[in-house]
Amino acid sequence: MPQLEEKPRVLLEEFRLKNAPNDYGMADEKWNFKKFVKKFRIVIVRMDNFEMEFDLIGMQPAFANAFRRLMLSEVPSMAIEKVMIKNNTSIIQDEVLAHRLGLIPLKADPRLFEYRPEDATEGTEFNTLEFSLKVRCSVNKNQPKDSYRAEDLYENHSVYSSQIKWQPIGNQASVYKEADICPVQGDILISKMRPGHELDLQLVAVKGIGRDHAKFSPVATASYRLLPEVTLTKEIKGSEASLLQSCFAPGVINIDSEGKAYVRDARYDTCSRNVFRYDELKDAVILSRVRDHFIFNVESVGAMPPNIIFVEAVKILRDKCKSFLDELNKFN
Amino acid sequence: MKISELPGDEDSGPTCRTYVFQNESHTLGNALKCIINRYEDVDFCGYTVPHPAESKMHFRIQTRETPALEILKRGLKDLEKVCDHTIDLFQKEVKDFSKT
Repeated sequence: MPQLEEKPRVLLEEFRLKNAPNDYGMADEKWNFKKFVKKFRIVIVRMDNFEMEFDLIGMQPAFANAFRRLMLSEVPSMAIEKVMIKNNTSIIQDEVLAHRLGLIPLKADPRLFEYRPEDATEGTEFNTLEFSLKVRCSVNKNQPKDSYRAEDLYENHSVYSSQIKWQPIGNQASVYKEADICPVQGDILISKMRPGHELDLQLVAVKGIGRDHAKFSPVATASYRLLPEVTLTKEIKGSEASLLQSCFAPGVINIDSEGKAYVRDARYDTCSRNVFRYDELKDAVILSRVRDHFIFNVESVGAMPPNIIFVEAVKILRDKCKSFLDELNKFN
Repeated sequence: MKISELPGDEDSGPTCRTYVFQNESHTLGNALKCIINRYEDVDFCGYTVPHPAESKMHFRIQTRETPALEILKRGLKDLEKVCDHTIDLFQKEVKDFSKT
């Protein structure tokens, strides 16, 4: 196994985690930017407008974790922050309703807006989006005779996010299209009503970050894990091979035409240690993870595609460094 | 001011300092510590968030000869370089990926 020596690994043994014997810990080597550039690789595995999977290889865990934390809590997005309730006769309480509305993801691109100053009482077209939601539930006049379904009996008995209407302020109507501002999904249920119930709300959305409130987080999830590796140390055949296969996630172990088991792809293994339950398989397998190979999974909420979110996150860290450097240069 | 010096190091020379970062946490602290700890001249580098309800981060640097301020600046510059390189490489990979 020549490859075992090159990468830093952590071994998953039956009852413990163990660092590989040749691994002195990544913390010991001296910092060298050139060496970092040489070692560092990015591989994009999967990408669309909502989800992305990519690998950061040869990176310090501190950086990987910083990027993850930045994506979750420091990359801005727009969300409803204030709800002016003119009328709410539905059974859902004002504060619960306001909270629900806040959590609805908006399509508006936060890069096009500014933060609203803390002392501002009035929003401007550059930092605020206004919406209204006006719904009244009534009896459906032409309901079918023998139906008892709510959707047949009443009109507007469910309020969905698609009923939120954007109200452009200032110049906004000519700059943005409604389709770029509205909620990401139109079928989010906000409230259920009965005849006579009414909602008349004015909504104000601002730009914010996840540290302030989770509704401002641009990602549904942003997480990383280490690349799993499965190594077989001896030949496994026949019924033992299929037993081995059943110990791992589907697709990790394959069996060839001679009935011999081989590792096809350990990437999506769950790293359960099921193999160690069988004495006959225990010594045939080495489970490990590569310590500097991070598999990132970023799932966007919808305002920005995940690749943009990652770049924005790294930019935020860079700008932080810059602004602190500027301040330190003025220090003495 | 987003950054300041913690009092108490006046007599220990310029090689020992604790800096207080306002509105920062483990995100910057750990990444910066990870770089500065690997510098040749650094004896000790560590960070702490003294209280979870205060958004402050204390960053301690002790060196043998180089002034701590210089080390901190170098650390920030290196972290900035890491970020720049990550952005460039990532955008290049995204571009290549979208082509195929």
